[in-house]
Amino acid sequence: MSAPDWPLFEVFIRSRSGLEHKHVGSLHAVDARMALEHARDVYTRRLEGVSIWVARSSDIAASDPLDADAFFEPARDKVYRHPTFYAIPEEVKNL
Amino acid sequence: MPALSEDPRLRYVLRLADTSLILGQRLSEWVGHAPALEEDLGVANIALDLIGQARLLLSYAAQLEGRGGTEDELAFLRDAAQFLNLTLVEQPNGDFGHTVVRQLLVSAFQLELYTALQTCADPRLAEIAAKAVKETQYHVRYSASWVVRLGDGTAESHARVQDALTQLWPFTTELFADDGVDAAMIAAGIAPDAAALRALWSARIDAVLAEATLTRPADAPFPWHGKRGVHTEHLGYMLAEMQFLQRAYPGAEW
Repeated sequence: MSAPDWPLFEVFIRSRSGLEHKHVGSLHAVDARMALEHARDVYTRRLEGVSIWVARSSDIAASDPLDADAFFEPARDKVYRHPTFYAIPEEVKNL
Repeated sequence: MPALSEDPRLRYVLRLADTSLILGQRLSEWVGHAPALEEDLGVANIALDLIGQARLLLSYAAQLEGRGGTEDELAFLRDAAQFLNLTLVEQPNGDFGHTVVRQLLVSAFQLELYTALQTCADPRLAEIAAKAVKETQYHVRYSASWVVRLGDGTAESHARVQDALTQLWPFTTELFADDGVDAAMIAAGIAPDAAALRALWSARIDAVLAEATLTRPADAPFPWHGKRGVHTEHLGYMLAEMQFLQRAYPGAEW
């Protein structure tokens, strides 16, 4: 049972209580319609979700791990960007 | 297992139950062998839906029988002649195209049937139908989707599904061949009228076949009597495998 020569799709599922779609994995399908049906069959068997997005893996642009230093290191020493430095007024309970 | 009672309601429920059970068992033969991992799960999901429907219906049948029997006894201790499934569902899987054609023919029938049964005069049957109708909608979507892809696909895939359709079509006459059991259930306000059911089924099938560029075969005379317990040779082999464990080790539990 080898996978046919079908393109790869990434699958995103929104759970019943969730607000956003989360990446859950990938699968093979010939087109978006089949990818949605496969995603339903493969990734929602245990009531994982109420909505499915699929996107061709080849349509996703990803950052290059080699760029990690340039992309992410500069943020490391800028802790002041976290909101923990602001004084929170007493009246604000749920922030 | 004693002879089956002639009670039409029991027989009607067993026809529904056995049709789902035998098709579920047939589909499960694909597990580990489907053309792709994704289809393996897709087919297994449908098999599980069907076996779930069979469990509810067989439990109800056991209750109607009133001998204190169970769904398991009905599934595993009846002989072929006591199974009342449609002849179509016991036919071998063939290739994947053959399997999805058979699935479309049966699922489209079950969809119209369960839709009608949701409002029937038997409350338990109506409850079971309401659950089954949602599952069956997906079975129709899945199988129709594949029949269209293969029918309107390559020359080879088209030839294969057209061939499957030609082989399986003669068995569809039985779907709408009413007998005394159906007549009694129609009179009781339970079973829908076969002619109305057939019109709905035909329209749905014709739409899929048109999109799939497939030719609807001519209707054949009606030589099949699975729902009266007269089966093709395939059912016996299938039951030998399905029932082996309970026959060899009576009462064995998981």
